[in-house]
Amino acid sequence: MSKLSIDELKAKAKELRTLIIDTTVWAGSGHYGGALSSADILTALYFRFLNIDPANPDWDDRDRFILSKGHSGIGFIPCLHLRGYFPVDELKNFNHFMSPFGMHPDCKKVKGCDASTGSLGHGLPMGVGMALGAKVLKKDFKTVVLLGDGECNEGSNYEAMMAASHYKLTNLIAIVDRNGFMIDGPTETVMGLEPFADKWEAFGWTVYECDGHNMQELCDTLDKAWANDTGKPVAIIAKTVKGKGVSFLEGDVRSHYGAFDSAQAEQAKQDIANM
Amino acid sequence: MAEKTITGTSWNVYDANTMSAREIYGRVMRELAKTNDKIVGVTADLEKSTNIGIFGKDFPDRMFNVGIAEQNLFGVAAGLAKVGLIPFASTFAVFAALRGAEQVRTDICYQNLPVKIIGTHGGISFGQAGSTHHCTEDIAIMKSFPNMTVIVPADGFETGKAVEACLDIPGPVYIRVGRGFEPPFHKDHNFDFEIGKGQLVKDGTDVTIITCGIGVLQSVNAAKELQEVDGISVRVINIHTIKPIDKEIILKAVKETRRIVTVEEHNIIGGLGDSVAAVIAESGKGCAFTKLGLNDEFAVVGYPEDLYAHYKLDSSGIADSIRAIMGKEFEADEDWSDEV
Repeated sequence: MSKLSIDELKAKAKELRTLIIDTTVWAGSGHYGGALSSADILTALYFRFLNIDPANPDWDDRDRFILSKGHSGIGFIPCLHLRGYFPVDELKNFNHFMSPFGMHPDCKKVKGCDASTGSLGHGLPMGVGMALGAKVLKKDFKTVVLLGDGECNEGSNYEAMMAASHYKLTNLIAIVDRNGFMIDGPTETVMGLEPFADKWEAFGWTVYECDGHNMQELCDTLDKAWANDTGKPVAIIAKTVKGKGVSFLEGDVRSHYGAFDSAQAEQAKQDIANM
Repeated sequence: MAEKTITGTSWNVYDANTMSAREIYGRVMRELAKTNDKIVGVTADLEKSTNIGIFGKDFPDRMFNVGIAEQNLFGVAAGLAKVGLIPFASTFAVFAALRGAEQVRTDICYQNLPVKIIGTHGGISFGQAGSTHHCTEDIAIMKSFPNMTVIVPADGFETGKAVEACLDIPGPVYIRVGRGFEPPFHKDHNFDFEIGKGQLVKDGTDVTIITCGIGVLQSVNAAKELQEVDGISVRVINIHTIKPIDKEIILKAVKETRRIVTVEEHNIIGGLGDSVAAVIAESGKGCAFTKLGLNDEFAVVGYPEDLYAHYKLDSSGIADSIRAIMGKEFEADEDWSDEV
């Protein structure tokens, strides 16, 4: 697949957001707020950056992606469908009996998923293992881990951050979906993360900050991360809006998880079309 | 000397009489790594204490020390396995089973990855360190994780065999060893070892001891004493694999001796004894039954040999308990007045 242009990526991200709404309806409920905040990041990765082959999901040399914020499966799994891993019909059974797709992605069942996640603070340690493994195997694939910001309360992340810089894992990219909210409220109210970039820097990472909804800026930042010549692992703090694209969800803590009635789903899709 | 053939590799056998289980583990791993380039090592600042450093010295590019960070240890091991490697992850049993338990369960067992976890200093083998470093819960925890195989070798020789045999298991394996100063049970490496298959180490007709780890040598010594002093014929079974458990050898002992005693360096709740009890209960057959181990308590401080004596896990303590159970009979009658 050729890499999509910025305009094509923007259109694809809208398509993904619309599918997140549909999938939430099919599933009955979902963590749509964090899925919508990471939609542009996922689109950029899957349609421009990750070296993957949906026809050969277990290809040894593929880039690896870990959705450490596993509750955003309702954004990630539709994205895998759009990228060609499985037909849309399979999404219609999301969350239902014996579906391969539950709230949190299971890599034994979801084609194209490189790690099972859901419990927070697990993705970065596994990403460190994959990046170390690439070195042992003398392969040049990248490992990308997408974390939630609230997730960065978990201490295991800091263990992994230390190890990543100690082992100079320039093949590892951490992206934080900095939407500013966790279940109980704003991150800075519940458990402050700031100065957040300083924390990553202090742990020996190269840190880039960008607007996680500005496709051009996002791609420029990912270009730098991919070309990494800093000798350190790269962290991207992508500033995002929880529920991005849906007027009645944007920036509202209540957008973390829930269900849509048909009128809300229609309104949400209309909002996304007007983005 | 016959060479190991379980995985088709061969290695020189190390002298378990002069070397601890930990030292043998590191050396066997190093030998296996010479022909299997997928083997990597991970530890959390216990390269020396767990002896995985013996492998690391020869294979520095395949050995990763993540510092004192056990959650990361098992997450990293999972990541290494996800890209096709076979990680041996080594730390003290207590940190594997408790500090890193969620990573072991969710990252390793849920994804069914071939991570081989070596928990050293298991049980009360590091007695003087106190309860923060004892681990009498690991068997219970590890066996409750789906996909996990749990092995408690009797000594260094058996540890070497388990380390090699575990490569044939496609999923995760937990091997629990002691601190390394325990006397060996086996005289050499010339014995059969098959994961999931119990070993009859001494035959007997009056009572059967089912045990693992340090309990094997102590139980055999107790059996000798009981034969000589009391005329009691004791069968001893080494169940080195707690999961999957060898039901056949247990039920044969139930049928033939009608008295079962389990001996383990673990809380009597959740360990080998409970696994054996379940096999017996599910069979619908009855027998006299006693579990020996730590009686749902944190152990006191002391050198291991003193603790084994205190908790009646040495040969004379086991012999005393056997004498007591000899007075208990399996009752096939309908009289419940003395039970309920």
